[in-house]
Amino acid sequence: MNNRYLKNVVTLEYNSDKCTGCGICVDVCPHAVFRMENKKAVITDRDLCMECGACERNCPFSALSVRSGVGCAWAIILSELKGKDQPCCDCGE
Amino acid sequence: MLEKTWWMTSHIETDGGGKIPRISTLLTQKDKLGHLKVRSGIRRTKYSVPPGLYGVGNPDSNSPVLVSANYKLSFDKLRMELEGMDAWILVLDTKGINVWCAAGKGTFGTDELVKRITDVKLDRIVSHKKLILPQLGAPGVAAHVVTKKTGFKVFYGPVLAKDIRQYIQAGNKATPQMRAVRFPLRERLVLTPVEIVGVYKPVLIITLFLLILDLFGLDIFPVKDLLPYLGAILVGTFLVPTLLPWIPVRAFALKGFLLGIIYAFVLNISLGYILSPDPNWKQALVFFLTLPALSSFLAMGFTGSSTYTSLSGVVREMKFAVPSIIIAATLGFGFMILMLFVRF
Repeated sequence: MNNRYLKNVVTLEYNSDKCTGCGICVDVCPHAVFRMENKKAVITDRDLCMECGACERNCPFSALSVRSGVGCAWAIILSELKGKDQPCCDCGE
Repeated sequence: MLEKTWWMTSHIETDGGGKIPRISTLLTQKDKLGHLKVRSGIRRTKYSVPPGLYGVGNPDSNSPVLVSANYKLSFDKLRMELEGMDAWILVLDTKGINVWCAAGKGTFGTDELVKRITDVKLDRIVSHKKLILPQLGAPGVAAHVVTKKTGFKVFYGPVLAKDIRQYIQAGNKATPQMRAVRFPLRERLVLTPVEIVGVYKPVLIITLFLLILDLFGLDIFPVKDLLPYLGAILVGTFLVPTLLPWIPVRAFALKGFLLGIIYAFVLNISLGYILSPDPNWKQALVFFLTLPALSSFLAMGFTGSSTYTSLSGVVREMKFAVPSIIIAATLGFGFMILMLFVRF
């Protein structure tokens, strides 16, 4: 069984020059997008990224950036209707 | 002092932080009934525990500190795994929302964690400087900022509470297995009732409206003719989540469309609207346009429940899916209304 989403669409950016090899991105990523290699993080498969933003928030050296947000169609529809700029989970509120 | 509830058993005396409520690691019938209710979508956002510090077993100044959300389902999943262990549980105020969703919103976040550590005087209760957070809290918490502000070092624990014991025993080390978010059949199935309950209101309103028309003898659209649409709703809210990884396309709207068009085919054939000696092409066309549109729309909604869709990806699929669904539904329902009133 394999859950894979659309190809070549995520906004994850990684600057290896800023990476110090602390490895926190490997810890926080829920989809194993990162791996340590020669004391630096490397991206294994960018398409697995779900843009949760955990890596960007936890990287102390700003080596990672991603436009994070919820991959939820309802949230996107609601934010369009309400004129919000950032879709967020408001299920049941 | 917190109001005593059934899952609090007694109190733990601490030197620096006063009395801390001790909680049970056993779930009662009442807890389990509560879980069943929220899984069915009943008062899901009102199911919370008071934020603050709790203890299980006989924790002391060396015991680990586990951080959790104040959604009671999350809190229960954690405490039930701690049977026989001595630990502190620091519950953040996430407004009754689970760890992952709250982290995305920022309520399971750096500021709330820092505030809560200070409020409960954690540095007076434990002598170490370690916090164990659920890994899925990471989108909201900047570990290095927490350390800078409080001195406490954040350890990201496993994704699931069931691995917490093994994680602690291994010296706060998670295996790659513990770190990966999957979306197995069982997890998908447990989410489907909420998907179904989510559409009951419009369905109920339309059904009542048609029933009233029926009562007045306006036999325009008998209620039983709603059944094909209820079927399409089940395709989108139940069948797509169930078969998710096996439907050989990636976009959720497309998954819903694919199963919806198969469903429309099967229905049209079994009702004799197509491939029969006496076909009814008009009715068949209505089904081909409306049923896949409905199941596609609802399947697209399941992106929010899934654990692997990105915002950019959902935006991309919606660019094509939303106009297509609107066009198909408008044509289909327009044609149906035309058939009802013009009777051509």
